[in-house]
Amino acid sequence: MAEVSRVAETSRSPALGHLRTYGQIAWLWIRAAWQYPLSFVLLAIGNGLITGLDFVGLWIMFAHLDDLAGFTLPEVALLYGAGSLALGIADTAIGSVERIGTYVRTGRLDQMMTKPVPLLVQVCADQFTLRRLGRITQATIVFGWACTYVEWTPLRALVAVSMVLSGAVIFFGLFVGFSCIQFWTTDATEFANAFTYGGATVTQYPLSIFTREVVVALTLVVPVAFANWYPVLFILGREDPFGMPSWLQFASPVAALVTLVLALLVWRTGVRHYTSTGS
Amino acid sequence: MSLIDVRDLERTFVVRRKVDGGRRRVRDEVRAVHDLTFAIEPGEMVGYIGPNGAGKSTTIKMLTGILVPTGGHLRVAGLDPSRDRVALARRIGVVFGQRTTLWWDLPLRDSFELLQKMYRIPPARFRANLERFVELLDLRDQLDTPVRQLSLGQRMRGDITAALLHDPEILYLDEPTIGLDVVSKGRLREFLRALNAERGTTLVLTTHDLQDIEALCDRVLVIDHGTAVFDGPLPALQAQGGSTRTLVVDLVDEAPAIEVPGAVVRRVEGPRQWLSFPAEASAAPIVAAVAASYDVADLSIQEPDIEEVIRDLYSRGGV
Repeated sequence: MAEVSRVAETSRSPALGHLRTYGQIAWLWIRAAWQYPLSFVLLAIGNGLITGLDFVGLWIMFAHLDDLAGFTLPEVALLYGAGSLALGIADTAIGSVERIGTYVRTGRLDQMMTKPVPLLVQVCADQFTLRRLGRITQATIVFGWACTYVEWTPLRALVAVSMVLSGAVIFFGLFVGFSCIQFWTTDATEFANAFTYGGATVTQYPLSIFTREVVVALTLVVPVAFANWYPVLFILGREDPFGMPSWLQFASPVAALVTLVLALLVWRTGVRHYTSTGS
Repeated sequence: MSLIDVRDLERTFVVRRKVDGGRRRVRDEVRAVHDLTFAIEPGEMVGYIGPNGAGKSTTIKMLTGILVPTGGHLRVAGLDPSRDRVALARRIGVVFGQRTTLWWDLPLRDSFELLQKMYRIPPARFRANLERFVELLDLRDQLDTPVRQLSLGQRMRGDITAALLHDPEILYLDEPTIGLDVVSKGRLREFLRALNAERGTTLVLTTHDLQDIEALCDRVLVIDHGTAVFDGPLPALQAQGGSTRTLVVDLVDEAPAIEVPGAVVRRVEGPRQWLSFPAEASAAPIVAAVAASYDVADLSIQEPDIEEVIRDLYSRGGV
């Protein structure tokens, strides 16, 4: 980001400086929310219950089936847990990015532009909330349970850690990138949601239930397959049902980096469009 | 170099509109600002005025880096605002009168703390500034109140404090007294004058309230149809357009229109008559002549009405 490089004065590494600012702003919001502890706890529990129902749905499905497109319940739970955990982390980190259109309409974005913090950091940290803590907790439990069925090797453990981190970055990039549509048209939220939350829903199932074309799209266009599908295939030691190259199972960090860079470029283009049209 | 340096600044917008009942779309170019040139030196207090849609907010957006100019030269504190927006942000404060920068659900104190983190204000300086502004703006009892519960005047004072905590060199104020009562307006103006005197903060003020200008600004920039139609001190603006002063005479009895050299009667209402004479002429001989020939109960002199002068400027479309 060009913006990032120019604010380097106060810290040795600008990116770290921005992360620190992000953390400080987020912390103030958490502290503010904690003034109403009951509402905070209820929100988190509510979020956990709602997302928990997703998994209950899968569970019920397995009461009638032995496997889903060749995957057992613990295996699907591993996919579901990893995808949901990554989504929960990303969803927490992006804060208000989805509402960028509202910020444009109300003039809040103009005000943010007069502050010495890059816009993306401000938008992500604004109204920071831990209401997604429910999803993260729920996803961690499912993921942890599924992990007990895995035959671990050091390499598999490493792939698992990189999977969750990369997945979070991929979802973060998708949210940021697709939210940018709102710089051009402020009421495109539904369209963007089809790709972001739509992509996230897909990761709850083994991709073997889809056709090869869908899997290619989920690899190259909306790369959510890297958030759980490919690395999980490796962790479970399974053959790729579509015969995709096996190096894809290690490519999640690269996919995450590419997604993030593209998202930041789209963001920068969006901001530039905004400052050059004023709308 | 001047603190704010604007030369031949231009900003056009492309507006698409439908014609033929929506079948065809036409691109129109609208020049919101054009051929705008001015310079502001450190410590000046400048009133930036003009009718709605004249280009005031477009200019302020360009000065703060929110909007990229389409032409001309623009430097603020030596920086190109749109390219160095984040660096410039540390050196300016911006208050948009009708919209708060503060966080609706947070107490004032938390909003200020957020800003401390954003601007990375050293804690000692932050405490000293907060202490000072809270004292001067009388906000002590409101520090723990969520912003949404503040009155308009309190919120405005909170916004001004928020814009000043990092010691900006330039403070932009967009309609700072809009919606405030007379007492609050007076206190706010007093505070801004003190700020300018003590810290040398440069003030750029857009307003519809000409009393703000009279109370605060040594210099007025009038913009109309996207370009400056007047730039100079307030008295010069008042003297614009062959303006006149008015002598209001209350006679003891009703009388026909007064006839004295150097003044003409504009209006007669019972025993009261309004005589106008050139603003630069002395009132003394006219007053003496009236008093010599008529029984006068009372006299008063009205300075040229700035609103009238400005209305006149707009209607003539420049000088």
